[in-house]
Amino acid sequence: MGYKTIIEDDIDVLIAGAGLGGTGAAFEARYWGKDKKIVIAEKANIDRSGAVAQGLYAINCYMGTRWGENNPEDHVRYARMDLMGMVREDLAFDMARHVDSAVHQFEEWGLPLMKDPKTGTYMREGRWQIMIHGESYKPIVAEAAKKSADKVFNRICVTHLLMDDAKDNRIAGAVGFNVRTGNYHVFKSKTVICGAGGASNIFKPRSVGEGAGRVWYAPWSSGSAYGLMIEAGAKMTQMENRIVLARFKDGYGPVGAYFLHLKTYTQNGLGEEYESKWFPKLTEMVGKEYLDTEGQHLSHKPIPTCLRNHAFISEVNAGRGPIHMVTMEAFQDPHLEEIGWHNFLGMTVGQAVLWASTDVDPKYENPELTTSEPYVMGSHATGCGAWCSGPEDVSPDEYYWGYNRMTTVEGLFGAGDAVGGTPHAFSSGSFTEGRLAAKAACKYIDDGKAEGIRVSEQQIQDLKTKIYKPLETYKVYSNEIVGGSVNPNFINPRQGLDRLQKLMDEYCGGFGVNYMTNEKLLQIGLKKMKLLEEDMEMIAAEDIHELLRAWELNHRVRTSESVFQHTLFRKETRWPGYYYRGDAMKLDDQNWHVLTVSHRDRKTGEYTMEKAPLYHLVGDE
Amino acid sequence: MPTFVYMTRCDGCGQCVDICPSDIMHIDKTLRRAYNIEPNMCWECYSCVKACPHQAIDVRGYADFAPLGHSVRVLRDEEKGTIAWRIKFRNGKKDIELLAPITTKPWGTAIPDLAGESAPSKEMRDSELLFNEPKYVRMDEGGLNTLESNGLTLKEGVYY
Repeated sequence: MGYKTIIEDDIDVLIAGAGLGGTGAAFEARYWGKDKKIVIAEKANIDRSGAVAQGLYAINCYMGTRWGENNPEDHVRYARMDLMGMVREDLAFDMARHVDSAVHQFEEWGLPLMKDPKTGTYMREGRWQIMIHGESYKPIVAEAAKKSADKVFNRICVTHLLMDDAKDNRIAGAVGFNVRTGNYHVFKSKTVICGAGGASNIFKPRSVGEGAGRVWYAPWSSGSAYGLMIEAGAKMTQMENRIVLARFKDGYGPVGAYFLHLKTYTQNGLGEEYESKWFPKLTEMVGKEYLDTEGQHLSHKPIPTCLRNHAFISEVNAGRGPIHMVTMEAFQDPHLEEIGWHNFLGMTVGQAVLWASTDVDPKYENPELTTSEPYVMGSHATGCGAWCSGPEDVSPDEYYWGYNRMTTVEGLFGAGDAVGGTPHAFSSGSFTEGRLAAKAACKYIDDGKAEGIRVSEQQIQDLKTKIYKPLETYKVYSNEIVGGSVNPNFINPRQGLDRLQKLMDEYCGGFGVNYMTNEKLLQIGLKKMKLLEEDMEMIAAEDIHELLRAWELNHRVRTSESVFQHTLFRKETRWPGYYYRGDAMKLDDQNWHVLTVSHRDRKTGEYTMEKAPLYHLVGDE
Repeated sequence: MPTFVYMTRCDGCGQCVDICPSDIMHIDKTLRRAYNIEPNMCWECYSCVKACPHQAIDVRGYADFAPLGHSVRVLRDEEKGTIAWRIKFRNGKKDIELLAPITTKPWGTAIPDLAGESAPSKEMRDSELLFNEPKYVRMDEGGLNTLESNGLTLKEGVYY
């Protein structure tokens, strides 16, 4: 095939995927590595890539420690509460103690943060959220990354990580192809910071046809952080902890500002409050420690996101839907009405398009809400991702192996969705994690840990053959048929994605089965995954664009397999409202107050599962 | 089809192709103009709409749930540092204009060059501090928050 091989050699820090995590890594790496070669490989254009491409109207993780608003440990307790106890509290504390530094720098760089006219502090939307005019959030942080990096390779789809041929389980760079020229790119690097993002579109979406793109998390979030790291043999954690979002129906417009700032609230189809009536039964299911409505009222502890979902889902199933957001009161105030619209235009324009097309004016009509299909990611109210080392001064032995945010593969670091057990990092926390990973990566190199890396010509050639195989498959078999997309020898990426989404939905607890699964279903699902994996060998791509979709699908499949394995392993219902294990409908702290950790053998593809202890931050008093 | 391109306004400059996060804005080789090759992978993120120098790109809501006859248009201006929106309802009863800032500084001028910063000391390297810290992370003049400074321990087991 006529594609050139372009080798970028002697890289010190390679950033694979530059969303908020990757841009943070690139920016910070320059400070700790003045003479180091810092390179970014990004499948889109870093000015508008990653989950924040469209912009954001809020920064959801800001402590305000300098104003005396919160301390890092307060945020850890909040995240613990929201995730039903399952948080890597060392990593969460570490992120929270640094995150304000990122946010204040964003302001220095020109990001418009709203100020409270009375106090002069940032305008609070909620305890952790501040309001911003963030249409250009991503272009602004991209400027910072570009200024620090030696080279930015846009439009490179990174497909695989390179492994050291001299030392087992050590990283040596990454490979991929240019989605415009088709050329094969080899990045030989001492370290890799993986910021390739979480996964949308692995569970069947509620929308059909064109609307399949209107997913909550960006359609280009292809689970590549997980696909790349799992393939490299990195251990993963909490991959069962997928998230379901209660959002405005169809457009998936955000509700945070509506609840917190506009003080809108939900009611059922009969106009009644419905949440509280589900809580007594739910308390029996999860235990009073996790849902104590009376106690929570007194302590102002929030109700966990998943449990609020549970009430929503239960009420709809009881026939009293739809659930409405009561906007008609707040929207009478023209200032709040304006904020309501700005909120969408800044981060989910599609919701404004939908209301304009359906003549829904929230001033005169309460819009419908829905619960989304599940998503696999690690920076919102969920913590899927790689099992990473924490910082030396915080982490217990089980959580520490030398370098902050380093995975179990030497020299491979994570940022953003890539890091497991760190929910509620959001954009600012992901950027912060990138910074932490960058400092640690530079230290790893300075400590001499990356000496003597060797990448064989064989490895480079084998991966090249593998990457372009879908184009070959298409060429070989497409002339066998008259035309069309039905071929007995291959499937195309869309067909593969449809199959994946259907089986994830039906066997792994998607919206189509009311988020319900059990051991039997999961076993069948895994069997079907095996067959899909075999068919992935026969995926065909007509052109370079389809080749991009083929590799995105590959990463989604790897991610999904891991989700299956983790869901099967955790024999309890830890997060009602995210998913249910029908054969274990209770939260079980006796056996499952642990983090789940998986390892996929690079050579055999076999999974091993283990439980890792949970450490909690406890006050000295 | 989420985004689409008006034939008479597009000159095939490729700005949309360059910016699309989903790689779905491509140039039609015969017409030499851009179009959306994969509408069901479009997020309606408006990156291409904002980038188009001729306002040749617009959005028609997803066919599976959005009726025809609406309009959400935008003008993003880096020099002025603003973004202007206009939303028109299908029934014509609502037509609103909204303006928001996108930056507070002349574009791209306020970002520090970390290569030019003085090199971190050994002490700084050995600490848990990041660039520019402990500025902004404390109320007082102290250093970074630690378990010790905040009176905390990490304990194994079941705590709520």
